[in-house]
Amino acid sequence: MSVTADETTKAGREDIVFEARGLVKRYGHVTALDGCDFELRAGEVLAIIGDNGAGKSTLIKALSGAVTPDLGGFLLDGHPVRFHSPADARAHGIETVYQDLAVAPALDIASNMFLGREIRRRGPLGSVLRMLDKPAMKRQAAQQMSELKIGLRSMTNPVEELSGGQRQGVAVARAAAFARKLVIMDEPTAALGVRESGQVLDLIRRIRDRGLPVILISHNMPQVFEVSDRIHIQRLGRRVALITPKEHTMAEAVAIMTGAMPGRAEKEPVATADDGAGTITAAPASGVSTVGVPVASAMPTRQVRKSTRSLTDTIGKS
Amino acid sequence: MTTTVVEPDTVRRANTRAVLRQVLGISTLGPLAALFLAGIFFSIKSDRFLTGTNLSLVVQQVMVVGTLAIGQTLVILTAGIDLSNGAIMALGNIMMTSLAVESGLNPYLAIALGLLACAGFGLLNGGLVTSLRLPPFIVTLGTLNIAFALTHIYSDEQTVSGLPSELTYFGKTFSIGQTDVTYGSVLMLLLFALIWYVLSQTAAGRHVYAVGDNPEAARRTGIQTRRLLLTVYAAAGLIYGIAALLLVSRTGVGDPNAGQTDNLDSITAVVLGGTSLFGGRGNVVGTLIGALIVGVIRNGLQLIGTKSIYQVLITGILVIAAVSVDQIVRRRNQ
Repeated sequence: MSVTADETTKAGREDIVFEARGLVKRYGHVTALDGCDFELRAGEVLAIIGDNGAGKSTLIKALSGAVTPDLGGFLLDGHPVRFHSPADARAHGIETVYQDLAVAPALDIASNMFLGREIRRRGPLGSVLRMLDKPAMKRQAAQQMSELKIGLRSMTNPVEELSGGQRQGVAVARAAAFARKLVIMDEPTAALGVRESGQVLDLIRRIRDRGLPVILISHNMPQVFEVSDRIHIQRLGRRVALITPKEHTMAEAVAIMTGAMPGRAEKEPVATADDGAGTITAAPASGVSTVGVPVASAMPTRQVRKSTRSLTDTIGKS
Repeated sequence: MTTTVVEPDTVRRANTRAVLRQVLGISTLGPLAALFLAGIFFSIKSDRFLTGTNLSLVVQQVMVVGTLAIGQTLVILTAGIDLSNGAIMALGNIMMTSLAVESGLNPYLAIALGLLACAGFGLLNGGLVTSLRLPPFIVTLGTLNIAFALTHIYSDEQTVSGLPSELTYFGKTFSIGQTDVTYGSVLMLLLFALIWYVLSQTAAGRHVYAVGDNPEAARRTGIQTRRLLLTVYAAAGLIYGIAALLLVSRTGVGDPNAGQTDNLDSITAVVLGGTSLFGGRGNVVGTLIGALIVGVIRNGLQLIGTKSIYQVLITGILVIAAVSVDQIVRRRNQ
């Protein structure tokens, strides 16, 4: 009944970009986060899944600065940080892309890319007359678009003339352009069709391959398994498992998510692997099942990533 | 990994539109065409229409409503509406004149206090809209009545006359060739130019559009939307104060009953100028054209001796046409 410990968390702490320990958030009598842990490693796409009410959206809000947890703290690149607003998180290099296409439709692409972070002309035109440097913004927007292979050429088109996928492309490009540490994507494909979703998933991979880790929140299991390197499963306000798409099936992930299969029963966070015991025991979950589930792959992260990538490549080409 | 977010047909369609937009300036094209059509019509009907003196008169006649409409444009771009601007202007008008004449204040101080009162009312509108999240329509309906009542209480229903010359400076004229132009007309045009610059060339202007277009998206990009709205309403209030000064210059008296329908006239100018009542799209150049359309029709119908009520009729039809076009364009884009 013993299961493999989370080897990936032992793979070296310097790999960890963003980390949270023991997050607690209560709303009146409702405990949305109940000692929740979180960990994002360099160069990975980490998916967060969880049923409704699992505390998933509160966790995302805490990560993006929209909610300040009652207890627990964050480490960004090993340094303690505390966010009081999304602007705080942004100032620390964390950008968020939202599901509902958070762009201003009447503004053009370049304006949307630089909204709130406009570039002004050099010299007195900019400092005294506050004049925008439209050519520079257009140029940089176009460069960003081409780097991410988003096929939008004219940066002066209003966003409302774009398809849903292209609009989300603009939002993703904006996040990728300004994020220094990581990008959070909150259901980025929820409003999109199948083909456009595929394009956004490609974008997510390109951003990761450019070196920015991505946190992906999604309800869509096939998408999660297609694009992510690791999967954080949220249940009852905690992370109950940290798995890889390589080692687990979608059915298992769903079973852990819904509680049909125990992820981990101890209160101890999965990732306190400093104990070095190598194994933790999955206790029976209220008598339903006694099946042990591997908490995470024993494979080192990089190797996992490589195999995942080749898997997704295969899918992409097929 | 070979897919990219390209859709050739969409891109091509968007490019065609971009070219059209750059060449014709779509949103102001319709209003401009309407203005030209009206101009051509009246210059055929009356040989007095297309003279420098008459055109200067048209600008003079739209001076007050045009200035009010600048502030109205700012508010409407943020998806708001301001019903109180005429009443705020009337209050500023009566304050400036009464303080200078009845209280014997220095005229410049009287002007400054009038401007301040108008800006204060704008700030009140903005404060109620942002902090209590009340709909602008209701807030400004309330402040319309408050400003109206204050004007009448303060003036005791009396018209103030015998103004010092400082108050009517903007009614004075200078000559360009054979044509007399008032300083007030120039001030209005300068104000249009200034707001055009702010809206189209600065980050603050972009933010005004963004807040009207998608307030949630604006907030998420880090724009302080409340502060922006507050600034917009306060700036609009200050502009209504300038309109009050122009009104004083134009009429030469402080009349508590002035400007009672100017709120709706300013909305008419904004709508005729192609600015969307849903916020986020439009510009002040359109508003200037919209104000001129109303002015030209009024002036032209007078010249050809038609009853002035037909001007109201035509304006009504044009307003319906303008909002219909806006609605159709919006729907096509969605």
